[in-house]
Amino acid sequence: MTRLWSWGALLIGVAFFLMPLYGMTEFSLKMRRGEYSFDAYVTVLGDPRFQATFGYSVLMAVLTILCGVLLVVPTAFWVRLKLPGLRPWVEFITLLPLVIPSIVVVFGYIRLYNTSSWLPLTGSVTGTNMLLMFGYTVLALPYMYRAVDTGLRTIDVATLTEAAQSLGAGWVTILARVILPNVLGAVLSGAFLTFAIVIGEFTMAALLDRPAFGPYMQLLGANRAYEPAALAVIAFAITWACMGLIQLVTRFSKHNRVAR
Amino acid sequence: MAFLDLSHLEKAFGAMRVVKDFNLGIDKGEFVSFLGPSGCGKTTVLRMVAGFERPDSGAITVDGRDITGLKPNQRSIGMVFQAYALFPNLTVAENVGFGLKVAGVAKAEAGERVAEMLALIGLPDLGARYPFQLSGGQQQRVALARALAPRPQVLLLDEPLSALDAKIRVSLRTEIREIQQRLGITTIFVTHDQEEALSISDRIVVMNGGIAEQTGRPLEIYNRPRTRFVANFVGTLSMLEGVLQDPATGRVSLAEGEVTLGRPIERPAGAAITLALRPEALHLGGGRGDIVLPARVTEVHFLGSVIRIRVETGGTSLSLDTFNRPETPPPPLGSQTEVSIAASDVIVLDDARAEQGAH
Repeated sequence: MTRLWSWGALLIGVAFFLMPLYGMTEFSLKMRRGEYSFDAYVTVLGDPRFQATFGYSVLMAVLTILCGVLLVVPTAFWVRLKLPGLRPWVEFITLLPLVIPSIVVVFGYIRLYNTSSWLPLTGSVTGTNMLLMFGYTVLALPYMYRAVDTGLRTIDVATLTEAAQSLGAGWVTILARVILPNVLGAVLSGAFLTFAIVIGEFTMAALLDRPAFGPYMQLLGANRAYEPAALAVIAFAITWACMGLIQLVTRFSKHNRVAR
Repeated sequence: MAFLDLSHLEKAFGAMRVVKDFNLGIDKGEFVSFLGPSGCGKTTVLRMVAGFERPDSGAITVDGRDITGLKPNQRSIGMVFQAYALFPNLTVAENVGFGLKVAGVAKAEAGERVAEMLALIGLPDLGARYPFQLSGGQQQRVALARALAPRPQVLLLDEPLSALDAKIRVSLRTEIREIQQRLGITTIFVTHDQEEALSISDRIVVMNGGIAEQTGRPLEIYNRPRTRFVANFVGTLSMLEGVLQDPATGRVSLAEGEVTLGRPIERPAGAAITLALRPEALHLGGGRGDIVLPARVTEVHFLGSVIRIRVETGGTSLSLDTFNRPETPPPPLGSQTEVSIAASDVIVLDDARAEQGAH
């Protein structure tokens, strides 16, 4: 009897998530009247703006991930090792991007770094791209920090650091050869979340007027019927591919097997 | 000057003074154990030598070079931790070669050294394994090889055997001692296990409350403990309180009667004095020593090869050990008997230090 209930609950859950997805996919295949076809997908994938904006966003995502890892891994390591009393504060700060809407953040940026400010980042394309990357880093901070911090919890940071120090290693060597490889799984899950956020982000890219994927999706959604659905399915596929990659990577990191 | 010299080390954490005026000279190739209960400051002293803690005052020199202000990675000191601390992402060979790689040793030379170290610890074929594929004892041996590979001047062992089970603990401690002697490396071994310290050290420093209570060879520490703390911490001991009657002959009056040790005691007549006895120094029945005391059997514990008996004499409880012999069963509880002691086996505790130790 209990078994029946649990199967029932599972079925309801699955239906709840899959039915809209099924509806959307079905709709995206209906561009040609009276039969199923991939016309919408062909249109979307063949659109040069899709390729340009998607390429731009992927590049931004990679840069954001690099920036986030370089910022978060040493910070989380240092807080854990030397300033454990500051942990609640750092956690609070990393949670702020969830509370402060990105429109507020980006307006702050524009006010601070406009062309008549002391650091006119918005004055050049490179400067604006950098500003957008920093903004993305902030948006991804809650996920990246939490992932890395959880990763650090699974290893004995203090003792491993001391062991490396007594073997002659300096801070950079310790971070690069001892700490980072041991939290790589966590860093990667943070990285994929960052990737997903950057690919879909609209507000910052639109207000900084950068040719990103988010504004393109919005534009398409406002003007077309079938293509946005196809685009959403593509976005889902990308997300799932990312999750699959996380699974693959964690499975291939041999030294972690005992912890699992 | 000794090879490793610790002079006037002081360390406080907040208001807690954990190390107080600690002095010790260790010769090249010597194996010294720091023995004491948790919180006695032994690990703090070790961590100051490693560079993980900075002493509030005092100096540490190795081979005449002052290393007090140096960072841990500039000290040429190998360390083995209680929790192994092997790098989980590296293989055994990469772990052992880590220090060599950091030091920029050429690949071929490092490879040879790693192979040499793995042979030394008796695991020549396990270089490609990851730490999680090894047992605790194997992991700790790899940690030892890793610490020794860069040829450090000093080896520090921070309770390296505490996480292992009893059998491996005994075999590994012998192995550590053999390797240490073969390489002739100056070593400090921190432990709270007296048997470990007694069995493998050249010298033992018994620590309590941040000070070195007594420093000496294992036999000396066990047979001639100077303070009540050392006597209590190292081995089992029964104590008899008395008053010194005649310093020249060592005549002491106890509640049980008078005893004469037959050797001078450097204390004024009439001074309160504490005599201490190891369980193996007492014998059941008269006639096996110069001192014979009447006793009543209060407890009998059969421990296998040894039988530990508690007797009461003049209101004091004494522990004594006898070997198990099937033909002479232990005395029944409550029976009246005598215990005899050789006067030379009686330990006279240094009471001025004993007061300190009791705090």
